[in-house]
Amino acid sequence: MNPWPFVIAAYGVTLLATAALILLSWQSMRKAEAAAEHSRK
Amino acid sequence: MHRFANPARFLKLARPATGWLLAMGVLLTGAGIIGGLTLTPPDYLQGDTVRILYIHVPAAWLGMAGWAGIAAASISQLVWRHPLAAVAGRAVAPAGATFAAVCLATGSIWGRPAWGTWWEWDGRLTSMLILLFLYLGYIALDAAERERGGEGRLAALFGLVGAINLPIIHYSVLWWRTLHQGQSISLTGSSIAPELLWPLPLTMLGFTAIFAAVVLMRMRADLARTKVEARLRRAAAE
Repeated sequence: MNPWPFVIAAYGVTLLATAALILLSWQSMRKAEAAAEHSRK
Repeated sequence: MHRFANPARFLKLARPATGWLLAMGVLLTGAGIIGGLTLTPPDYLQGDTVRILYIHVPAAWLGMAGWAGIAAASISQLVWRHPLAAVAGRAVAPAGATFAAVCLATGSIWGRPAWGTWWEWDGRLTSMLILLFLYLGYIALDAAERERGGEGRLAALFGLVGAINLPIIHYSVLWWRTLHQGQSISLTGSSIAPELLWPLPLTMLGFTAIFAAVVLMRMRADLARTKVEARLRRAAAE
């Protein structure tokens, strides 16, 4: 059995999930902090 | 630790730490992945599938460490009523759930060539799946409690009780005969050959730094939203 499709799939799942987690968290933080800054004015 | 329970003091530290942790995490993880995919030799028994180790082990560690963090935050919230404890627990849960899911997915992908099956209801796999369900339950319970205007004490209790699953996951390979291999890395040493092992500390540290950065981002978002809500309430009362 060729192992590489399994290795690539495992790394693909991990990197996609980690990137999505970082992007969503970053976006949510920027949005909330911008709203907080806006509400101060 | 109690000093950092003050949101203003916490934010002063969290703002610069977020970027540094994220940059350090991406660099270390990248170095570990490149090393694990290109510089280490294939295992004498498993061949190239052993390379899944460098992402599977950090995901398992963070899935479990995340719940340990929730349990610590829950104690802090229930005993000392720290203002940041509920915020921390709430921030850890989605990150922990993501890594628990990644651990299950990569384990399943690894299981097919190594064991000849995608899934087996054995002690380690089942207890890890329960951990994922616990995370989802915690997230749902906390959201429902917040919607009702609660302080998140029920979710904190759930976080504390759920910690019972952590020793079950850890000792499952000793308590039950399982397909999953026994512990190969401990505090005193490792049974993995050094030429295969060296990228693992890099990905462990890298993913941990990314996890910490994500938790700080989510805590900052939560604190900013709370600030907006408080200002809106104040403006409505005036």
